[in-house]
Amino acid sequence: MQGTSSTARTLHGRSLPLLVHVLKSVENLGVSYVKGTELYQSKLEAEIRRLKFSYRESLEDEYEPRRKDHISHFILRLAYCQSEDLRRWFIQQEMDLLRFRFSILPKDKIQSFLQDSHLHFEAISEEEKNLREQEIIASSTSLGGPKLELEYVYKIPFADALDLFRGRKVYLENGFAYVPLKDIVAIILNEFRAKLSKALALTARSLPAVQSDERLQPLLNHLSHSYIGQDYSIQGNAGKISLDQIDSLSTKSFPPCMRQLHKALRENHHLRHGGRMQYGLFLKGIGLTLEQALQFWKQEFIKGKMDPDKFDKGYSYNIRHSFGKEGKRTDYTPFSCLKIILTNPPSQGDYHGCPFRHSDPELLKQKLQSYKITPGGISQILDLVKGTHYQVACQKYFEMTHNVDDCGFSLNHPNQFFVESQRVLNGGKDIKKESIPPETPQPKQSAQKTKNASSALASLNSSLEMDMEGLEDYFSE
Amino acid sequence: MEPFDPAELPELLKLYYRRLFPYAQYYRWLNYGGVVKNYFQHREFSFTLKDDIYIRYQSFNNQSDLEKEMQKMNPYKIDIGAVYSHRPNQHNTVKLGAFQAQEKELVFDIDMTDYDDVRRCCSSADICSKCWTLMTMAIRIIDRALKEDFGFKHRLWVYSGRRGVHCWVCDESVRKLSSAVRSGIVEYLSLVKGGQDVKKKVHLSENVHPFVRKSISIIKKYFEGYALVGQDILENKESWDKILALVPETMHNDLQQNFQKHHSSLQRWEYLKKAASQCPSNIKNEKCGPWLEWEIMLQYCFPRLDINVSKGINHLLKSPFSVHPKTGRISVPIDLQKVDQFDPFAVPTISSICHELDAIFTSEAEKEENQAESDIKHRTRVVGPSSCGMWDAASASPDEQCHVHAQDLNWQNPG
Repeated sequence: MQGTSSTARTLHGRSLPLLVHVLKSVENLGVSYVKGTELYQSKLEAEIRRLKFSYRESLEDEYEPRRKDHISHFILRLAYCQSEDLRRWFIQQEMDLLRFRFSILPKDKIQSFLQDSHLHFEAISEEEKNLREQEIIASSTSLGGPKLELEYVYKIPFADALDLFRGRKVYLENGFAYVPLKDIVAIILNEFRAKLSKALALTARSLPAVQSDERLQPLLNHLSHSYIGQDYSIQGNAGKISLDQIDSLSTKSFPPCMRQLHKALRENHHLRHGGRMQYGLFLKGIGLTLEQALQFWKQEFIKGKMDPDKFDKGYSYNIRHSFGKEGKRTDYTPFSCLKIILTNPPSQGDYHGCPFRHSDPELLKQKLQSYKITPGGISQILDLVKGTHYQVACQKYFEMTHNVDDCGFSLNHPNQFFVESQRVLNGGKDIKKESIPPETPQPKQSAQKTKNASSALASLNSSLEMDMEGLEDYFSE
Repeated sequence: MEPFDPAELPELLKLYYRRLFPYAQYYRWLNYGGVVKNYFQHREFSFTLKDDIYIRYQSFNNQSDLEKEMQKMNPYKIDIGAVYSHRPNQHNTVKLGAFQAQEKELVFDIDMTDYDDVRRCCSSADICSKCWTLMTMAIRIIDRALKEDFGFKHRLWVYSGRRGVHCWVCDESVRKLSSAVRSGIVEYLSLVKGGQDVKKKVHLSENVHPFVRKSISIIKKYFEGYALVGQDILENKESWDKILALVPETMHNDLQQNFQKHHSSLQRWEYLKKAASQCPSNIKNEKCGPWLEWEIMLQYCFPRLDINVSKGINHLLKSPFSVHPKTGRISVPIDLQKVDQFDPFAVPTISSICHELDAIFTSEAEKEENQAESDIKHRTRVVGPSSCGMWDAASASPDEQCHVHAQDLNWQNPG
């Protein structure tokens, strides 16, 4: 990490927050639009252009911006290496950005990139290709038609082609993936992710030395808190909810995902692991203490004819574990919307997940009807779901159930939904002691009437800009 | 067969662990030739004892240590976990964060309960010979992919003891795979997606991947017997309505009417196939042609894996030759050459084999008793190519594994 402190001082004020802008934009667009589609690509390109971010590959006069880009990247590594969640977020956004930049690279540049980056891929012979032609064509979505003769095909150990084989986008035979040139970018991203992940772990270990530099300390702390936002793991409001409030809170202030879990728990007196995690951590986030949680789950499971001793032996350990009282003693944080939408989809017998993402539109419609949402509202919600704007759909649900025109926030966490709901219902008097994090709600006038992804993005960006002022001082020469 | 009474377990297990549990082969397997130092010693086992007492982080010095401890503790259930960085039974002495799971076999758990939405004969923990075909198909489909697509050579399939099967993939390189790659493998092998809230759980794209195509060929061999005759999925309106939910609405009227006219699931299925291939394919998002037929077959027959079992390197899974405390059945290996004939109800229970042993003991000389013991042991092992391959994997260097096994056992093709 030598030289970092002097470089930090000479950084132009624009580049560091800019990169975070870009990463945040990447994240938002990734949720609102299907990655890789034309719409996503053009929105991303427009957003990057708007932020005046240098992304064209090898233009010499772009040296300065690229240098700053590199420096920013390394400083962000310092900020985001500090926890598993932060690392995962950072890696995900950097990968999306790299994928985009690669997609606009001209084809001849790809070959030279492969050679330069020392990725040892061997192209297979014509005969080998011919033997497997049908299979390779049938496996690759990027090959349009039988033009395999013009393509190089690379034979790679399957484990090196993770992003391709997991989605069955490549032909596998005897432990090898047969990858056409067009798909090689996925492999490169894999390598990138592995290297970045290792680098972040290494950075985390050297962090104590860097943090002792008092010029960097406040910057690093500020960065990771502002740009990731609240994770609702701090229990400032622990013990302010009583168990008998939960039933009514579930219909009034819970987001649909948690409302559904609560209902399933009450009806079946049981939830499977995925549901227990998602719902249990949410309850912790709204203020349930460990004792309350144990009582809550036990009461319900016993109704399902579970033996109290079996509960104590099996389930209570897990509950204490999720509160950080066992094993690794990590205090697990409640799941964010992104996490719920993107990971661990529900299967047969599960009730977790995001109803907007994981339910059939028909069944979602019925559910919304049972919640007494108006037909107009339902149809707006279903449209948003069709456009994969799941969190915006949930915001719409909020507006309908709380009778407001504009929910006034950009939803990214179920506990945020709860907090905002309580605020509306209690006329401004929070259950939570803490104040709202800097990056969330703007006052009504800056948000548009039609709640869509770009307005969410706009409000996020404007709040980021407000924050930026403090940071500029760190960098001006 | 002698009826199994869970109350007798303590006595039965005592006998089982003294006379019948195959310690030598078991140790030879998990020791993997002793090539890597302390590989066996760093392996986690967990025991479930009488009264549901559960102890983790058990580990042993060698075969004799394992034997002694098992005989002393008489576990109701044994799970195998990962190979750790240190001896699991000393993990508390290790600096925080340094005790890590490093390697483990790639495992799969296929459970009949996950098919409740598509089987009509049973639900929950129950199984019968009619729905067992689901496991047969699952084994064939998954095993083919593990062998032909991924190139895995040492695959052991085991009956779980009640309502499903497990697979242990033991290749050296596989034991080192990261959690991400394991998840990726499960994803590759998954086609049925969605919970309660999703009616249609299989969606095929126009491009059909070779994995999917080959899986469908396997299902086709069983579909008529299993789904149309055994499960009778188009028997009556109640059952065929479930199939119609998977088919575009525009076809419903026609199908409803014609189903009434036919007399068997077989006939109705033939009609459905014809109707599907004729329906106009210019309707966006509406699948017709063979895709529709395949999607239905897959939803009813394709294996359903639990990703959580496979992805974690530290995940504990029931050990082969463990006894199922509720059914008394031994978790025996399944012979891949005879998968179609495997009958879960013919699997020896701990009562039946102990009873056999007892019967012989009371009337014959000790020499014959030992012979009987090894007979029983042999039958319990249900020896087959890849299960033997697993045992033999331990005795040779990684390169020789397949040769040793083929030589010893006179088979043409290993695994």
